Amino acid sequence: MTGSNSSRGVSRTGLAAIAVFAAFALLPVAAAAMGDTFIVFFTIRVMVFAIAAVSLSLILGQGAMVSFGHAAYLGLGAYAVGILAEHGIWDVTVSLPVVLLTCGLFAAVTGAISLKTRGVYFIMITLAFGQMAYYTATSLSAYGGDDGLTMWGRTEVFGFAPLGDRTSFYYVVLACLLGVYLLARMIVASRFGRVLKGAKQSEMRLRAVGIDPYPYRLAAYVIAGMMAGLAGALLANAAEFVSPAYMSWHRSGELIVMVVLGGLGSLLGAIVGAASFLVLEELLSHITEHWRLLFGPFLILVVLFGRGGITGLLGKGGRND
Amino acid sequence: MSATLLAVQTLNGLQLGILLFLIAAGLTLVFGVMDFINLAHGVQYMLGAYLAVAAYALTGSFWGALVLALIGALGLGLLLELLVFRHLYDRDHLDQVLATFGVIMFLNEGVKVVWGAAPLSLPMPDLLSGSIVLMDGLLYPVYRIALIGAGLGVALLLYVLVSRTRAGMLVRAGATNPAMVGALGVNIRRLFMLVFGFGTMLAGFAGILAAPILVVEPGMGDNLLILAFVVIVIGGIGSIRGAFLAALIVGLVDTLGRGFATDIAKMVLSPSAANDVGPAIASMLIYVLMAGVLFFRPTGLFPARSG
Repeated sequence: MTGSNSSRGVSRTGLAAIAVFAAFALLPVAAAAMGDTFIVFFTIRVMVFAIAAVSLSLILGQGAMVSFGHAAYLGLGAYAVGILAEHGIWDVTVSLPVVLLTCGLFAAVTGAISLKTRGVYFIMITLAFGQMAYYTATSLSAYGGDDGLTMWGRTEVFGFAPLGDRTSFYYVVLACLLGVYLLARMIVASRFGRVLKGAKQSEMRLRAVGIDPYPYRLAAYVIAGMMAGLAGALLANAAEFVSPAYMSWHRSGELIVMVVLGGLGSLLGAIVGAASFLVLEELLSHITEHWRLLFGPFLILVVLFGRGGITGLLGKGGRND
Repeated sequence: MSATLLAVQTLNGLQLGILLFLIAAGLTLVFGVMDFINLAHGVQYMLGAYLAVAAYALTGSFWGALVLALIGALGLGLLLELLVFRHLYDRDHLDQVLATFGVIMFLNEGVKVVWGAAPLSLPMPDLLSGSIVLMDGLLYPVYRIALIGAGLGVALLLYVLVSRTRAGMLVRAGATNPAMVGALGVNIRRLFMLVFGFGTMLAGFAGILAAPILVVEPGMGDNLLILAFVVIVIGGIGSIRGAFLAALIVGLVDTLGRGFATDIAKMVLSPSAANDVGPAIASMLIYVLMAGVLFFRPTGLFPARSG
């Protein structure tokens, strides 16, 4: 449909992506030169949430599935790592498969039910399943319940601890972000991704050419859940702490805000959006502890007047429908 | 698991169900008529409770606080409609979710600034304090019985309004096919203002009723909002009757589940395992119920919209 445009758009997006990742890669060097360690910790957080935002962007931006329970996967991933650690299992060869399996399974079961519905029902059901995960976590009294679970260390690789050192932890998270981003881009560019987009535009036409979008949606939902689970596992390592608060529905809302802030339909936008959200939160909370008092109206104004998000404002595509 | 305990838990479940119904009724009508998803509805419940506490400080009487807080809740709701919600009716659900999420952030933080983060409470009216003996060995607070009664009264009033009056007929028609109602010359915007204001007042009313028995704190509406969503999904969007039945079901299942899940788990598990598993199962019950209903009836038990 927009062949010439999209090929130009891809190269521009590609350049922008290289710029963003180069900036991430050089940041610790610059921080070391300035002697600033806070910014490295802060950017680790940014990249972790960027992974979650990219995963949400995959289903929300590409497939128009407004999942309001995406934080559940952050929490599930974090709890999988935390609970294994509580039982003395630290190695990534165990914890990573467990994280991906748990999140994939939860996504498969809840997605299979939620995706039977549309529109507002889907929003409310994903929200409800997210709350279910949240309340289950708060009632896990053996693993801290409401108070959460402290981890006395970080995930290891065959006895080594690459996450123990701040800089190497930083680059591990960056590598994860890059991997998730590239995977998501591959998915979007594939036939699978085109079916998702097609289902967003017109499900009826898609059915008319003989494609049932349901299995595609479910597969995308499961992949996104696993990606967010990875983010959760990294989050648990970054904080060395696991808490039900990771799964609160406010967190799910914030993830949606990140995706929309960056520009719906743009994977790179999700990364930019996550960074902007966290930077804005940080800056506003320096002005007042009641930063939400400022952020709430800002969000309303963005919705009412700033359609297309940051990438839309910069004119790099965003949504073109 | 004595009969007395079962009776008490059933009454508590009914009481939660009634509160849920008051919140869900407004939410489901607003969905039904305007296809508008208002996350901030739970905040209006919270505002009702806070306004009641503030009005009590002014008047020193529960009944004065009730009247003032109802008027205040209505006023604030209409102000929000004018400032924010009105501009969202033509937007997609995602925009509505985001903007009303912004409203939640602002108001949850706002009450913290105005009234502080510490929980507040509203004294019970003298007339309704104390307990009565319902059956042998069962003492139940009068206020909670009055709450159930008031909720049932509102449900009856709503039923009469929706099924016997002209405005109610328009609301029902609007929930079934809003475009057609507009085409027939009904001012759908004004109809919506009416529905919205009424829904806001109901949520505020629930907040005021809950204030003396629950703590008044920032974010108190959030959990009830999500339960109200479960109610609406089970009952079917736009249906008052569905909301009423589903609210009672959810209230009872949740309360009885929390009351007895651990005991039931003890029948099959060791006591220590049951103490862990029981609460987890109890907190999942209503969501499992919702999933079950949706699996068999994807549009809920009593869907209002046709086709």
